[in-house]
Amino acid sequence: MDTPPKAIAGVSTFLDDRLGAGSFLKRNLRKMFPDHWSFLLGEIALYSFIVLLLTGTFLTFWFKPSMGHVMYDGSYEPLKGIMMSEAYASTLNISFDVRGGLLIRQIHHWAALLFVAGMVVHMLRVFFTGAYRKPRELNWLIGIGLLSLALFEGLTGYSLPDDLLSGAGLRITQGVILSIPLIGTYIQFFLFGGEYPGEDIISRFFTLHILLIPGILLALITAHMILMWVQKHTQMPGKGRTEKNVVGAPFYPAFMAKAGAYFLFTFGVLALLGTFAQINPIWLFGPYTPADISAGSQPDWYMGFLEGSLRLMVPWEINLFGTSGGTIPLSVLIPALVPLGIIMTGLALYPFLEQWVTGDRREHHIADRPRNNAHRTSIGISAVTFYGILWLLGANDEISANFHIGLYETTIFGRFAIFLGPVIAYIITYRVCIGLQRKDAEVVSHGVESGVIKRMPNGEYIEVHTPPADDILAHIRGKKEIPVIESGVDREGIPPKGARSLIGRLRAKMSKAYGTDRIPLEEGHGHGEEHAAVGAGERKEVH
Amino acid sequence: MTDNTIDQPEDRVPKRVIGTPPATEAVLKDETVHEAAALPGVIYQDPASARKAEKTVALLFLIAFLAGAGFIASYVIFQVGTIDKTSTSNFALGGTLALALLALAAGITTWVRRIMPKYTMIQERHPMASDAETRETVKETFLAGAEESGFVKHGLLRRTLLLAAAPLGLAPLFLLKDLGPLPGTKLRHTVWGEPTKTGKPRRLITEGTGQPIRAADFNSPGGILSVVPEGYEHDLNALAKATLILLKFRPEEIKSGTNLNWTHDGIVAYSKICTHVGCPAALYEQTTHHILCPCHQSTFDAADGAKVVFGPAARPLPQLPIGIDGEGFLIAKADFNVPVGPSFWERGDAEAEAREKAEKA
Ligand code: HEM
Ligand code: FES
Repeated sequence: MDTPPKAIAGVSTFLDDRLGAGSFLKRNLRKMFPDHWSFLLGEIALYSFIVLLLTGTFLTFWFKPSMGHVMYDGSYEPLKGIMMSEAYASTLNISFDVRGGLLIRQIHHWAALLFVAGMVVHMLRVFFTGAYRKPRELNWLIGIGLLSLALFEGLTGYSLPDDLLSGAGLRITQGVILSIPLIGTYIQFFLFGGEYPGEDIISRFFTLHILLIPGILLALITAHMILMWVQKHTQMPGKGRTEKNVVGAPFYPAFMAKAGAYFLFTFGVLALLGTFAQINPIWLFGPYTPADISAGSQPDWYMGFLEGSLRLMVPWEINLFGTSGGTIPLSVLIPALVPLGIIMTGLALYPFLEQWVTGDRREHHIADRPRNNAHRTSIGISAVTFYGILWLLGANDEISANFHIGLYETTIFGRFAIFLGPVIAYIITYRVCIGLQRKDAEVVSHGVESGVIKRMPNGEYIEVHTPPADDILAHIRGKKEIPVIESGVDREGIPPKGARSLIGRLRAKMSKAYGTDRIPLEEGHGHGEEHAAVGAGERKEVH
Repeated sequence: MTDNTIDQPEDRVPKRVIGTPPATEAVLKDETVHEAAALPGVIYQDPASARKAEKTVALLFLIAFLAGAGFIASYVIFQVGTIDKTSTSNFALGGTLALALLALAAGITTWVRRIMPKYTMIQERHPMASDAETRETVKETFLAGAEESGFVKHGLLRRTLLLAAAPLGLAPLFLLKDLGPLPGTKLRHTVWGEPTKTGKPRRLITEGTGQPIRAADFNSPGGILSVVPEGYEHDLNALAKATLILLKFRPEEIKSGTNLNWTHDGIVAYSKICTHVGCPAALYEQTTHHILCPCHQSTFDAADGAKVVFGPAARPLPQLPIGIDGEGFLIAKADFNVPVGPSFWERGDAEAEAREKAEKA
């Protein structure tokens, strides 16, 4: 093909004449995208969101966000003649009287679960590889905003069908709102339009769920993509990869096609789940009434940790002014706000705290291998453990039933585990990281085992070590030292200004602990971008 | 996704090379590895294997076409209505849709991996910060603009502008006021305390059947009965506070926490609304007399004033004073003496207050 086909050339010329899009395309058609499986995690979330928009819009055509009472008169026999809200009746209608309605509803719900899961795993990737470091702090913060909003979006969506299960979630939400000191009752009355459950909450949640939150999500996702595009991907350390380049495949045609296939793949898997894995069979739960609850009800997975923390809590409540008010229901407030607060605040501050501790103000485009920043990885794993314990305890009744453990024992175990677990996780992870670093150091200094056994003249058998393949070596040598702020005293015995205060001393201490390289790689071949002399010829993939 | 590393296996070494890198792109300069030094980072597939791959791709696309057509056909053929029909339609639609999407995805993936070249192209990266000169220009432009606008010089303008913005900024908050009424003391009362239209005391009604409960007939052998207020059987707002659980004990089982004056012949009524965050505390274990809330497993001792024996709830389930009317049906003698359900700021230690009141009386 020497010239583009007429149709394309014509349209392009038309657009370029009016928009000057040519220079943008010239710069960007061949934009490089580094290739690593872990870079695809964020895309799962992106494509799930697109599926959510498509399926959600379909649902809105039939869903009636009203709590007005109607007598059910649809196809689902067992509920015929029963009084219920219009919201519930219309969800039944989508499920049984609209062709493809059940499929789309189930895909929507599965996509919601995958959306949040994709985000979480993507965020963990970014955290553990240090990809949030300068200049990408803003995108990190946007990501945290997206995650928080997604939880809220999920909560509002889950409540819409107004069945007995979703009502239980709503009731808990109401109880938590009531517990907020000083203004709790007011917020509750404003949100629900009066007493719980009132007649307004479904239509209000509907507006939040399909307009406000998705609108903000869409804007933030767009910003997230633009920043990613402008700042370019990070890349894993490896041969030929430096802080000053991006090595990979061009957007056009390879990445574009791959991304398209990946979207279709995500959609396809969601369609499979929507077809074969039943989810939220609302017709089995019946319409909502605050007087009843279906036993063993479980929230969507991303709310499980809140459920767990509520279950773990001990019955504390204080009345500041005795009989005249000032009630602070700690048994609700602490579990509802503290874990979420710790996790979200910790995530948001981490890049800046790390910068403060290390004094590192450089740009970073080569991702860290998790083992090479042992403290960060350990902090991350202990946070995951914290979250994981809460999450497991959110299903302690199932655990108790399935494994024949006493229900209260699981709770009491959780009360200890929530404090001990993260500490243990920290210690173990730190050890593992150091061990892996040591292994890397050995590969650099002694090479890899070749599988060839040699008999020494003295009769001893040894295994011959060969130098590692140079791409492996480059990957290992990608380890970058973590800066440590100056804290030493100068000749007159005066420590630098910043390190004199208590906080300054603490900072210096932390910096030293955080940055000190306990297992330095053997020197001699330089760092990162340079690579060792040509190694053994075998070509292994390192990723 | 792992085969786009810098090195390519020997058999991937190109048969021909087309195109050179754009001038702006750095070539793998200091590469010591094989031919890459001379390459723009685009390694073509072997044409023969690409032709073979094309057949696979075409087959996959064909499957996608058939499945897509099947989807449309399923829509027309399978109707919904009954559970079985809906289920069949769901499988047909979902199965064809999933197959079409996955076949298309597989086709494109095969195309990328086996027909498109292998790329290890390099793009330069520049520091994000703009250079000092640009920053300086922007700074000067900003200052010049600020000066020209007069915003700096004319203080009165600046201050009145801020003044003008303040009420407009607050206005939306006021607009939201009508979202709901103020709480007042609504959370402190339930419909049990309201007189009925006829002025008679309000009866306890079995949830579901809607029947009043004759005390002489109520024998809950281990079970609990869910009870709603007469006249409000379907009023969700009322039910959210007034739903009860009703149990019957032998006299010797009842412990000191239960107010005997509020029972009738061993029948005790507690609020069903959990004092933690308000789920219906619906589970009951007869042997231990434990009421269990399924949400976060707060456990209350029904024989002992529903005091908390485990879990996060901090207060007992309030007890409702009950008695019988002239016809022997269970009625509420008064409202709860403390607010039911989850705690809130204005609540205070209502239990202590109620005790004080009782002592005075
Ligand atoms: C952005 C566009 C979206 C629209 C227009 C939309 C629309 C809707 C509608 C109309 C319903 C009620 C129908 C039903 O009961 O199935 C619903 C339910 C739901 N939505 Fe969305 N939604 C969107 C995005 C999301 C997102 C981003 C999430 C999650 C993070 C989400 C999670 C849910 C959940 C969990 C349900 C309950 C589904 C069920 O009944 O099984 N939605 N959505
Ligand atoms: S609502 Fe009953 S234990 Fe939480």
